[in-house]
Amino acid sequence: MAILTVLQAVNAALKQEMRRDDRVVVLGEDVGKNGGVFRATEGLYDEFGSDRVLDTPLAESGIIGTAIGMALYGLRPVPEIQFLDFIYPAFDQIVNELAKFRYRSGGQYPAPVVIRSPYGGGIRGGHYHSQSSEAYFAHTPGLKVVIPSTPYDAKGLLASAIRDEDPVLFLEPKRIYRTVKAEVPDTEYTVPIGVARIAREGRSCSIFCYGAMVHVALEAAEKAKEKGTEVEVVDLRSLVPLDEEAVLASVRKTGRAVVLYEAPRTGGFGAEISALIAERALEYLEAPIVRVAGFDTPFPYTLEHVYMPDARRVLAAVDRVMNF
Amino acid sequence: MTEALLQVLGTDQTVDGAHEPALAVDTLVRMLKTMILVRCFDERALNLQRSGRIGFHVPSSGQEACQVGAAAALTPRDWVFPSYREPGLFLWRGSALEALYNNLYGNSGDLAKGRQMPVHYTDRAHNVVSISSPIATQLPQAVGVAMAARIRKDPIVVLTGFGDGSTSASDFHVGANFAGVYRAPVVFLCANNQWAISVPFERQTASASVAIKAQAYGFPGVRVDGNDVLAVYQAVRDAAERARRGDGPTLVEAFTFRMGPHSSSDDPKRYRPEALCEEWKKRDPIERFGRYLTKKGLLSEAEVSSAWEAGRQATADAARAAERLPPPPVESLFEDVYAEMPPHLRRQLDELLEERKAGESVNTSQAFPL
Repeated sequence: MAILTVLQAVNAALKQEMRRDDRVVVLGEDVGKNGGVFRATEGLYDEFGSDRVLDTPLAESGIIGTAIGMALYGLRPVPEIQFLDFIYPAFDQIVNELAKFRYRSGGQYPAPVVIRSPYGGGIRGGHYHSQSSEAYFAHTPGLKVVIPSTPYDAKGLLASAIRDEDPVLFLEPKRIYRTVKAEVPDTEYTVPIGVARIAREGRSCSIFCYGAMVHVALEAAEKAKEKGTEVEVVDLRSLVPLDEEAVLASVRKTGRAVVLYEAPRTGGFGAEISALIAERALEYLEAPIVRVAGFDTPFPYTLEHVYMPDARRVLAAVDRVMNF
Repeated sequence: MTEALLQVLGTDQTVDGAHEPALAVDTLVRMLKTMILVRCFDERALNLQRSGRIGFHVPSSGQEACQVGAAAALTPRDWVFPSYREPGLFLWRGSALEALYNNLYGNSGDLAKGRQMPVHYTDRAHNVVSISSPIATQLPQAVGVAMAARIRKDPIVVLTGFGDGSTSASDFHVGANFAGVYRAPVVFLCANNQWAISVPFERQTASASVAIKAQAYGFPGVRVDGNDVLAVYQAVRDAAERARRGDGPTLVEAFTFRMGPHSSSDDPKRYRPEALCEEWKKRDPIERFGRYLTKKGLLSEAEVSSAWEAGRQATADAARAAERLPPPPVESLFEDVYAEMPPHLRRQLDELLEERKAGESVNTSQAFPL
């Protein structure tokens, strides 16, 4: 066991999987000699060489397009998109190509590509280094969307993603890249995709969240406890496939639901969670579902702290569902 | 500056002996027969569409030399990423005629399981990759296969086909750039038929040619008469050999003409002078190659006629067989989205099957209306 940051856990997973399986290759902008702008791929180039760790030209559709080809040929490419905000030139390759290859070829051409990308706000990145656009991709059949919130899950889920037979968008909450540290086994392990985690047990109300927001929810839960409210925090970990049963089980237990996400509110993935609860657990609800989300504005720079959901806003939402 | 147009078979029946490839008689005859089959396939498919039996077709008549010349220059282990106007790449490599018609019908025999519009074939057994409608997306993918093959030290070549319209798309430039940087063993084959639906070549680019664009990416571009199957063969074979040697990609521009509409929904009279079509009919690639073979005494006129007869018969039989197959089962809608069906899809399938107990879905779709 070692104490690792989320970033170090990502790095550990990449090394582990590249040692285990020589089909695994890493490609992207600055991922080679520089080890990635966040250092997620540090040491890979020296250990595995330029055939398996490829610095690419600066063109996202090329990074994903070539990764698709590599996967069709039998490799296990793990491209990095430097910031999720830069993924849009590759949107066509991801949504129209990667996600549909298995289906459109009648199962003849699976394309197991794992796209890693740092995402989310909280680092003073403005519009173009802060976005949470997971909903676009969760809306795309054929893709899996996985988001860890702890070092343990970052290593275990990334290993699972690389071993998965389907394309996975693996989003890394960069706000907690270095701030969240925890013990991570040195040994090989995986965390299954599609299984949520109860980050904190409680019986009064549930908060459903993922990524960096899990830590905001935990902070709010700690404060709520002072008032005697026992908040359950459910870390979804995987948006597609979604652990619907875990969501429903928690609502059935607490009867109150707060949905927390930092993406713009309208059409965000939290809307799907709200709909799931409304459709299949309405009879258990003691209060209306409350969403805490980013605003329907572009991501701001100076007023980032106003835009981002914080424990205070979450606590207010908890109060609303508790005092309905 | 425009590169010289490589031509082996002149429109005036002359033959450039210096560039005439030394192909076995069997191969030459097979090339002609495949070109004839592609034409017959196409004419049958358009008829099926006109008579309402299939929804849509994208004809390739006039471009048979580009397809068959290129395919003949590759080995079975090589990979091919076609565009939607290249059934000849499939047929040369061994895809069954029935398989292509099954795709046009979207029936239960379709290798793509009826999930795509007509002309989006796929054939893993022959290393021909599933086709996409958005243009040029296959270029970076083809480069990725080529890069993977180099990493694996497999001596294969990847050929990707596309049209002149694709050269305006970002993925053309991205694909060419990656290929140049990594010296990927790729052959970019542009069938420049001069019209992207209604938009002429000069509205796609201010470049004098497609081939010239290769220079900027650091590899050679060559321009060939796309209605001359031996010129296309020669250029693609040289490019493939270069790639196999480790010398990187080549862009081959096959200058040609689409004799028919862009698709069964298109009327080229709206944008293309009829006289031009008449002009290009005189350069018919099948006729030109047929004359070459008969003149050389490799095939008699009667044998050419019977090849046409055989092509018409084979396409009629295959189309009839395809028409008899039922649509894919409802369950197949949910298969192959993922390797294993996740719980939410299983739930949706179960709900659908439950709903269907009360009655079948009513098909209110129109035939492709564009």
